[in-house]
Order: sequence, then structure tokens, then C-alpha cells
Amino acid sequence: MQKTMYEKIWDAHLVRSSDDEVPILYIDTHLVHEVTSPQAFEGLRLNNRKVRRPDLTFATMDHNVPTTDRSLPIKDLIAAKQMETLAQNCAEFDIPLYDINSPEQGIVHVIGPELGITQPGKTIVCGDSHTSTHGALGALAFGIGTSEIEHVLATQCLLQHKSETFEIRVDGTLPYGVTAKDIILSIIGHIGIDGGNGAVIEYTGSAIRALSIEERMTVCNMSIEAGARAGMIAPDDSTYEYIAGRRFAPKNEAFDDAAEQWKQLPTDDGAEYDRTLILDAADIAPQVTWGTNPGMVTDVTGQVPDPAEMTSSDEKQATKHALEYMDLKPGTPMTDIIVDRVFIGSCTNSRISDLRAAAEVVKGRKVADTVNAMVVPGSQAVKRQAEAEGLHDIFRSAGFEWREAGCSMCLGMNPDTLSPGQRCASTSNRNFEGRQGKGGRTHLVSPQMAAATAVTGHFVDIREFSS
Amino acid sequence: MEAFKEHVGLVVPLDRINVDTDQIIPKQFLKRIERTGFGEFLFYDWRYLENGDPNPDFVLNHPRYAGASILIAGVNFGCGSSREHAPWALQQYGFKAILAPSFADIFRNNCYKNGILPISLPANIITSLGQEAHKTEGYRLMVDLEDQSVVCPDGTVHTFEIGDFEKYCLLNGLDEIGWTLQYETDITAYENRGH
Repeated sequence: MQKTMYEKIWDAHLVRSSDDEVPILYIDTHLVHEVTSPQAFEGLRLNNRKVRRPDLTFATMDHNVPTTDRSLPIKDLIAAKQMETLAQNCAEFDIPLYDINSPEQGIVHVIGPELGITQPGKTIVCGDSHTSTHGALGALAFGIGTSEIEHVLATQCLLQHKSETFEIRVDGTLPYGVTAKDIILSIIGHIGIDGGNGAVIEYTGSAIRALSIEERMTVCNMSIEAGARAGMIAPDDSTYEYIAGRRFAPKNEAFDDAAEQWKQLPTDDGAEYDRTLILDAADIAPQVTWGTNPGMVTDVTGQVPDPAEMTSSDEKQATKHALEYMDLKPGTPMTDIIVDRVFIGSCTNSRISDLRAAAEVVKGRKVADTVNAMVVPGSQAVKRQAEAEGLHDIFRSAGFEWREAGCSMCLGMNPDTLSPGQRCASTSNRNFEGRQGKGGRTHLVSPQMAAATAVTGHFVDIREFSS
Repeated sequence: MEAFKEHVGLVVPLDRINVDTDQIIPKQFLKRIERTGFGEFLFYDWRYLENGDPNPDFVLNHPRYAGASILIAGVNFGCGSSREHAPWALQQYGFKAILAPSFADIFRNNCYKNGILPISLPANIITSLGQEAHKTEGYRLMVDLEDQSVVCPDGTVHTFEIGDFEKYCLLNGLDEIGWTLQYETDITAYENRGH
């Protein structure tokens, strides 16, 4: 029988399956961070349980960490306590930890692929919804809650229902100035933020195939913003090249053997998906969100929508609320919207290629006087690479702040937050109310668009800006 | 986990769609290392004014809904972040059941693990139950998990779907980790097959 890639990985990881029980799925890799894990470790202790496979578990500190000078003491004592708790838990249960002082520290979804932990065909979980990122390398990766973290720690398994399969095919060639971020924002705009509920999305088509691995991560990362359980892309030569030589990647003959296995993963010809959506890359323009969820998005050439034109009363109401919160008037051209802050970072867009793209736009220019802009690399390794290439000098001389690695202002758990009323062009993944700080107003964009916005002080069509 | 069998409770309608977990429990409250103490921060940014006083316009603060234990909301409740702090906050505030046309996947899973019952009913039924709750002070519903039913004061019964295993776990307050560990030989056998 022909199978989709999801079905192949699913079947290969079934520990136990029968018609009247929830399947037990084996988990190959468990990524852990400081915020969603303490209660899980405490649960183990209360029940006198051990971590079954510390060798398949990796931890880092990312959500809470300050992005300022790491040699200074952490001012937020509650955050510090949470980090200290993770360190104690990792020591007690023998789990490798890339702590705040580690040269490998970074956002969990950046360091997983970077260290070669993320590999095709693996099942990967983490107590974070953006775990879908790892699907870019052909893994089945999804976010779980704290009870499930405890479950995986204790059993290396999860009780899971099988998801539907949803193929999103993007054919054609991306126009100039249109990025992976615009593809995924445009998809969410099409299907809505619950359009992927109950499904695992597989992205296919020539436009997806043409993306670099880091760009594929951006697409898969935001699968959760469409409500999908996971997002994935079949591995290919780009994938194997990306993985080869990374620390936890198989070496020499073992790599060749693994690659042979990985080549069996792509969806068989003739396999059927439960749903399919086909888009043409040529139709995608640079995207900017205007509202308070990632589905509230439009082309940069578009305008703030009018609630009166919405068909359902729920949509009308939601749009009205969103525009009140965002302090925007219907009909305003997106390019007239002025920002106070620019944030380049997050597990969506903080990799070296994102920083290169932003630096290319910023080079030789200055951040507008009215804008405070910052770049937060996704990992210490990304930061080192960027510094080796001189990108930090480009950003700094333009007036950007250059920070240490972490989740930072994507969710503002650390001191990097918006003040009430501040408006931000952000390369992150969520524009929910208060996400970047109470009363803060977030517009999601690509790194190039964020960089151009920093320079002009308002949204601009990157296609015209660069030319 | 606390078992859930049946519950009769006061209903509060939250007339919003796509309520995300950042609204249910904002990030500044995720730094705790305990599982408790989240109820007072539920819907914090909607529930409190800048000065920390309760926002009189927010539905949970209307005196008629004090003590509500059944929440009615719009589509895709609990979208966004996987934070289990969201169901913890709802539960610790006093909610036992949430009724909505649909839920985000991770949130729904997290509810099951904590003895909260997420109930999906068709949008028109959710709308009419919400309208009743607005109209009738003291509007209460009975939720019966064994029968998979929501019973209205006038005797109308709405049945809902739930997975057999989730139902079994909730009815019995089952420790799911204990459930999986009874198949430890299967897990070991899987690992020994070269995985």
C-alpha cells in the first residue's frame, strides 16, 4: 500500500497498537527547556519514577534567559530559579544540558537541527508548540504539554491518536522579495488559524523543494499557527547535505546507511492525503499581519480590513476587537503604519540565513530615529557565525542592538518586552494580544521586511525598497 | 488525576473566537515551578485593569457569574502555545468543563490530562447555550460524561463525542503514565529491535 511520509514514520514508531486502544508511539528525541518542564520532573519524583532514556533527551535554556551580558547576574530572580531548577533536574536525572553559559545554548528549535540532533524519520517532541520546526528535515515533530513531557520522560512513549494528513502544495517560483515567511503567512491567511486542526501538514511542490533547509524550518515552524499537529517536508539532497558533519549526525558509513533509510521516507507516488491545498508561488506577495492572530494577514500592498465587510458575526466581532487592540482604522494602507520597535529573532527567523538577509537590507543604512531595533540570534553558534561574517558590525553601525541568544521578545518572558501601546515589526510567530508585552502591538513579517521597516520607520514593500 | 463523572454548574459565556493560551494565562506567570497558584491569573490581561483592579467589563467579573464552573466560548478555543498552565489556570479558577464548537489540539489534550472536560458541540448549539446564559441569571447546565450529554434546565439533551480512552481516563482519574508502563515489555522489545 502506498503511504504518506507521515504514515511511514508513524508506523515505524508504533510500540503497541490495537483497535480498541490509543496507540503507544515511541519518541526518538525529547527536547526540554526551563519553562514547561519543572512540574514534569516534580511529577517523576512524587511517583518515584526515573527518566527512561536520558540519552535521548536534551535540554537547553531559552525562553527565560536575558539577552544582555551573560557575565552579569540574572536580575529576574523567579526566572533564575526556573533555570536553576532545570540545571538541578538535568543533574539529578543525568540529562545533557546546554545551559546559559554553554557555547551551544540557544532556542531549542534552532539548536536541535544545528547540532544534528534533528534527523529525518525521527519522532521528536518538546514542551513547546513550535516543535513543528523540526519537520523541515523530514521528522515527525510536535509540541506537547507538561503532563506529556512527564509521560515521555518516564516511558519514552506517548499515547497518541493518528492525525489526518494534509498536503499543502506550493508550485512555481517565488517572486523576488518573497520569502519562506511570506509562504507560511499566506498559507495561514488562506486556511485560517484552525485550518490545520487535527492534521499533520506535509508541504510539497517545487517552491517548497527550492527552499533551503533553514527556510523550510520557517515554514514548518508556523504550522502550529494554522492549528496543525505538525508540519513536515520530505528529505532530499539539501537535507542530507545540511545534516552531514553535524555533531550528533551519523558519521562515515553510518551516515551513508542512514541516508539510504532516509531516502525511503518521502510519500509514495499514489499515496492519498485526507486533504490537499494547491497554491501558486507566483501569487504570493510580502505579507504583514494587521490583527491579533497570524491569520489576520494581508499583502504589504493591502489595507487594514473593514469589520463591516466580514460575513459572519463572529468574524466581525473578532476583527473589531483586533482593530481596537491594534489601534488601526479600516482602509489604512499597510505601508502607512508606523512602528516603534523592530525585533529580528525567534525560532521562526533567527538563523544565520535570516540574519544575512536582514543585514543585506540594512547594510549602509541607518535605523530611523523613531525606531528601536534589535537582533537576537537564535543560538550562540548563529551569533558566532554572524560575528565571523561581520554581520554584527552591519547591524550595530545601523543602530540595531546586537544581543545574546534566546527566545527574547517573541514572547517577552525575559526583560525584552514592548511597552503598552508600542507597535513592533517582528520576525516572530505570534501577534496575540500582549504576546510581546502587555498592550504591545505586533505585526509579523519576514526578516527582510523587518529590516526595511527599521530603516524607514513604517512598513514598506521590500520589492520596491531594494530595487 | 481527579476523576470526572458528572457536574452541574453555573455557566459563563465568553463571546470570543480563537481564544489563545496567551490570553488564558499570560507569559509572566509561567515562571513558577509548581503546578498550583495559576487560578488568580486566569485571563489576567482581560480580567484586570492597569491598576490591578478587576475590569468590570470582563464577563468573569460580573457578579452574576461568580462561582461559574462551565465556560462557553467560540471556535478554536485554546489555540497557540502548548502551555499546560492554561488548563491549570482554568481548573484552579474553578472550571470543570469548557463548551465550544472546536478546540486546538494540544490544549484539548492538556485538558484531558487534568480532569477538565472539553466538550465540542455544533456552533448553533453553542451560540444558543451562550444566549441562554446571557438571558437567564443563574443559568446552569449538567454535564454527564458517562452518557456523553449536556442537559439543559428545560430538559433538552445535547450529546457529544469523546474518545473511548479519554473517557475511560477521565471517569477513572487514571494515571496515564502507569497505563503505559504496564506495557514496558513492549517498549523494551521495540528498543531492542534496533531503535
